[in-house]
Amino acid sequence: MEWLNAFIETYPVFLRGMLLTFQLTAVSVFIAIFIGLFFAFLKISNIKPLEWLADLYIFIVRGTPLVVQIFVFYFGLTSLDISQFWSVVLGLAFHNGAYIAEIFRGTIQSIDRGQMEAGRSLGMTNNLAYRRIILPQAMRRAMPPLGNQFIIALKDSSLASFIGMYELFNVATTYGSNNFDYMTYLLIVAVYYLILVLIFSILVRYIEKRMSISD
Amino acid sequence: MTQPVMVNVEKLNKSFGSLHVLKDIDITVKESDVVCLIGASGSGKSTLLRCLNFLELKDSGTITLEGEIVEASSIDLNKVREKVGMVFQHFHLFPHKTVLENIIEAPIHVKKIGKAQARKEGKELLAKVGLSDKEDVYPAKLSGGQKQRVAIARALAMKPDVMLFDEPTSALDPELVGEVLATMKQLAVEGMTMIVVTHEMGFAKEVADWVVYMHDGRIVEVGHPEHVFNNPKEQRTKDFLDSVL
Ligand SMILES: Nc1ncnc2c1ncn2[C@@H]1O[C@H](COP(=O)(O)OP(=O)(O)OP(=O)(O)O)[C@@H](O)[C@H]1O
Ligand SMILES: [Mg+2]
Repeated sequence: MEWLNAFIETYPVFLRGMLLTFQLTAVSVFIAIFIGLFFAFLKISNIKPLEWLADLYIFIVRGTPLVVQIFVFYFGLTSLDISQFWSVVLGLAFHNGAYIAEIFRGTIQSIDRGQMEAGRSLGMTNNLAYRRIILPQAMRRAMPPLGNQFIIALKDSSLASFIGMYELFNVATTYGSNNFDYMTYLLIVAVYYLILVLIFSILVRYIEKRMSISD
Repeated sequence: MTQPVMVNVEKLNKSFGSLHVLKDIDITVKESDVVCLIGASGSGKSTLLRCLNFLELKDSGTITLEGEIVEASSIDLNKVREKVGMVFQHFHLFPHKTVLENIIEAPIHVKKIGKAQARKEGKELLAKVGLSDKEDVYPAKLSGGQKQRVAIARALAMKPDVMLFDEPTSALDPELVGEVLATMKQLAVEGMTMIVVTHEMGFAKEVADWVVYMHDGRIVEVGHPEHVFNNPKEQRTKDFLDSVL
């Protein structure tokens, strides 16, 4: 009962936090998709230095804690007069880009070689065949793992609280410390995360369904 | 009557690593010829076809198309491929596009003809291969025979001068082979120049102007179907025919 009261009393603030969490995630994943595509192409370019560059990027992202990446971007970018919001977004995009690059590399390479050959045999250039034939199919296959990555990113965005972004997690811990009752507010914030993930999962399933009419 | 030469191959060699797959291949195909390539698995038939439209790059030798020598370094390799249609054993239709979209994709984006015109021609081709009712269907919904007929229509949409077929019926259930062979026969009758790798000896006998037997990367015997099938000059051809007939 007390929990419910706390939930009802705080919902306007939590909703604002939820909006910020969603914005941080959506914008950073959107950017990460382009970063991911770029590095996926470097990885399959068959040009060694470019492959190494992509490997190095993925190695750095995988080998360091996300919270470190967020702080580095935060201190690095805010010193260049970039806002707190955008420094976090770019930090998260940098991080997710590496995982998304691996997703795209995998799905691009999973497309049957015959698809490229069919395109080439019709007079398509390599670029055209990628754009019209390979990528649309690879994107479709990437939807489930991308959705998964989005959910991970959603939860990872809680680390933005470390640099003072007033997103969901920060709202919860602020209430927790003000009321000397972390448990109540952490259980409340868990509900908000679950709602976000649920909405998003339904959305992804809907998109997958629409995309798979051809199968 | 002598027809102009469509494809000419001289001393073509191709290796994969240390595996010498094509050895001094010479072949001349004239306009409207239907040539059937036969031979055991691994003899290099697919590799030869793939060299002709540069899906594989030859090591040495010359390939001449309609009188022009073509090199892999030609700036316009894609132009060459526009003239040489290819039909694959496993169809390789674009699964994310409908039947008609499969057909008009290259005309629109490679040849840059208008969409309306491409659709009109695409529908004509679909009618020709007997699939007018399937234009809005996705390939996954088609039978193997229907897929292959769409693949043929897709290649024809570029108005190629030569069509290459690599075992077009090998992946099909036996009862679907006939419809694809019928489509190919019709093309042959219309005068299309065709090079066909096939295990369908009946088709080769009936439709081919001449038959090429390959063994171990070499052309061992070339001749009219009656000659090759009924009295092959070479013992190896005879052995091969005994094994498949
Ligand atoms: N990309 C490749 N890399 C390495 N070896 C290859 C490659 N393609 C073909 N080969 C080899 O070259 C030889 C000839 O292959 P090819 O596919 O041309 O034979 P084929 O006559 O078409 O046989 P099949 O009737 O089985 O299709 C085979 O030994 C094959 O394993
Ligand atoms: Mg073959």
